[in-house]
Amino acid sequence: MTLLYTEVEEELRASVRDLLADRCGPDAVLKRIESASPYDMDLWRTLSREIGVAGLLVPEEYGGAGASAREVAVVLEELGRAVAPVPFLTSSVLATRALLQAGEKDLLRELASGETTAALAVSLAASPYRPLPETVTVTDRGTLSGEVRAVAGADVADVLLVPVGTELYRVAAENVRIEVVPSLDLTRPVATVTFSDTPGEVIGSLDVRKVLSFGAGLLASEQLGVAEWCLDTTLAYIKGRHQFARPVGSFQAIKHRMADLWLDVVRARAAARNAADLLAAGPAPDAETALEIEAASAVAESWCSEVALHVAEEAVQLHGGTGMTWEHPLHLYLKRAKSTEIALGTPGAHRDALAVLADLPAPA
Amino acid sequence: MALDEETIRECAAALLAGYDPADRLEFLRARFDVGLAWVHFPEGLGGLGAPRELQNVVERELAGTPQPDTGVQAIGLGMAAPTILTFGTEEQKKRFLRPLWTGEEIWCQLFSEPGAGSDLATLGTRAVRDGDEWVVDGQKVWTSGAHHARWAILVARTDVDVPKHRGLTYFVCDMHAPGVDVRPLRQITGEAEFNEVFLTGVRLGDDLRLGEVGDGWRVAQTTLMNERVAIGGAPVRRGGGMIGLVADTWRSRPELRTHDLHQRLLRLWVEAEVTRLAGSRLREQLSAGQPGPEGSGMKLSFASLNQALSGLDVELRGEEGLGYDDWTFRRSDSVDFFGRGPGYRYLRAKGNSIEGGTSEILRNIVAERVLGLPSEPRVDKDVPWKDLPR
Ligand SMILES: Cc1cc2nc3c(=O)[nH]c(=O)nc-3n(C[C@H](O)[C@H](O)[C@H](O)COP(=O)(O)OP(=O)(O)OC[C@H]3O[C@@H](n4cnc5c(N)ncnc54)[C@H](O)[C@@H]3O)c2cc1C
Repeated sequence: MTLLYTEVEEELRASVRDLLADRCGPDAVLKRIESASPYDMDLWRTLSREIGVAGLLVPEEYGGAGASAREVAVVLEELGRAVAPVPFLTSSVLATRALLQAGEKDLLRELASGETTAALAVSLAASPYRPLPETVTVTDRGTLSGEVRAVAGADVADVLLVPVGTELYRVAAENVRIEVVPSLDLTRPVATVTFSDTPGEVIGSLDVRKVLSFGAGLLASEQLGVAEWCLDTTLAYIKGRHQFARPVGSFQAIKHRMADLWLDVVRARAAARNAADLLAAGPAPDAETALEIEAASAVAESWCSEVALHVAEEAVQLHGGTGMTWEHPLHLYLKRAKSTEIALGTPGAHRDALAVLADLPAPA
Repeated sequence: MALDEETIRECAAALLAGYDPADRLEFLRARFDVGLAWVHFPEGLGGLGAPRELQNVVERELAGTPQPDTGVQAIGLGMAAPTILTFGTEEQKKRFLRPLWTGEEIWCQLFSEPGAGSDLATLGTRAVRDGDEWVVDGQKVWTSGAHHARWAILVARTDVDVPKHRGLTYFVCDMHAPGVDVRPLRQITGEAEFNEVFLTGVRLGDDLRLGEVGDGWRVAQTTLMNERVAIGGAPVRRGGGMIGLVADTWRSRPELRTHDLHQRLLRLWVEAEVTRLAGSRLREQLSAGQPGPEGSGMKLSFASLNQALSGLDVELRGEEGLGYDDWTFRRSDSVDFFGRGPGYRYLRAKGNSIEGGTSEILRNIVAERVLGLPSEPRVDKDVPWKDLPR
């Protein structure tokens, strides 16, 4: 195990970063989110076809890359740095992981190519530490009825994966009402998904909380990417911006804040790497290791959520008036940071989970 | 001899076969002589010229045998040794490193002065050349462990006519020389861990000079860099160290728990864990030969964590937190976080953000050297030291 990046991971990072620099610069993202289709599915297909990101977690025998959570984390860092509007987290991490757990093969194969995308029909705010609210039920005829709110990636999904009880259902998106609502995060909008007597097919059993916990551990890497972009961009800004006949970055009040942010990000990188490394090891051989992995994810997610948000908020402040404008892409990062603070368990929820995992019991 | 893990293990086995760990001093001397003190130091100087990461193998193989005392020997091991290795003559290395490592000779650091702390380069202790000797006069302060020390690393001014950074020279000071007067300084914890040191007409041979005349600032930089890695850079296990101590109290004393304290404890547990992970990552980078800038940050986070945790610890204990273990005025051997009570830990941790460079100075270093932010205007840069306002 290592907390550093391997050569292969650095190569993967470089190809994703190059492609994103080409196709997904801040101006392109700004233009995109004001269009009718906030997701950039052309970019998504190129990422999948040329770099194979969609199939990273899919075993080679089903047409994927057979890579691990470590590589997925590196891709998430880069996608976070670009606030790229693509369904990687929703389709290639959460939905794919659910299919792997449920033992499905054919759809996995389709997802691996990136030609088909899927979304897990649970709220992005669902916590790995609580049972899902049962808002979808199975009728006597075996069809699905009900509503799930705040589903990310649903509007571009071809297939919805719906956990009901301990079963996972597969539903074609064309049979479902998917209504995108105005979302805080413009680059990862959420939708209300409504099933009314919708035909679905059981594809296996699923413990959805495990999928959410896996997703949370990796979301930390996306947040690291967001934090890094905000730190780098702010650094460049305060070196160039002059007030009182000096660069504002030469004032100690600013320098000290930057030093503290840097230290937060350094620790976020170590925490995110640790979670990715442990998640990469595959299913835990015993209960103790399982707890270890869960704790690593909870540590990474609670720390990285807060750091991404804090760095983004400081970035807005240190950009002055510029930071409040729509033209500057900073707001996209603040919005991503704030909405991922809630996603897959809030920082407080992860810390509460640590109370159990680290044996630090709450007062009676 | 190829220097791999296997060789190191064989060396360690040979040492264990040839020397009885029960004789502490003999064992440590032998360990130094076979090159297992610091494997990355050169042969004959306690090392084997091996890659730094092989030291981990040594530590594992020799766990449970006598070890150098990282308390009283901290300044020798962490600061004097790397500086002597980098700037010392062959004779100086041969003379000083072995007894430094075995603990036969304790070291202290004569840097700070009443008028020169963070701005160390303004220091005024004079060293004037007299033939083959230097005559040193001045006053140092906050000198930890000077009362045990056989030797000191010393920075003194040898030229008053040039700007402050350029007129300094670095020496090894003989603490037994006539004119060295060590007086205890009682500190916030009640005991005297540090001292004032008065230097009056102290004569030091020129062979005790480390580096060139006038190059003292550069030599001191090596010491200070090593100091910052030494403080806060030590590996801990998950949930160990100061957080472990507070967590143990939490677990064993359910009656002390409140919801507010619980939330704060969990936050600090997470911070301790991410700080620990960042430390491991830094050490991995160092041994993979890619020294990252993370090093400067570790002391900063160590200081704030230690302070937050020791403060929480006192508060958590309620009534018991109103007490204190021992106010006796005595000259202590070293910092003892784990052998003393919560009040001591709380008070002593206040020094963590001051000793070895204050947190403010470290933030300046991170901002300027890691992040490349412009330095503040410096008014004293080109002024001869003697003309500086004081
Ligand atoms: C427990 C302990 C042990 C020590 N042991 C030793 C020892 O063995 N040998 C030795 O030589 N010294 C030792 N010291 C001294 C220590 O190195 C100095 O105290 C330290 O460098 C700070 O200097 P100062 O006390 O003069 O504070 P000052 O430099 O006067 O600082 C006062 C305040 O101003 C701030 N400040 C100063 N300059 C700046 C700046 N440029 N920007 C922003 N803020 C600034 C400081 O951070 C601090 O908050 C020890 C100190 C302690 C507490």
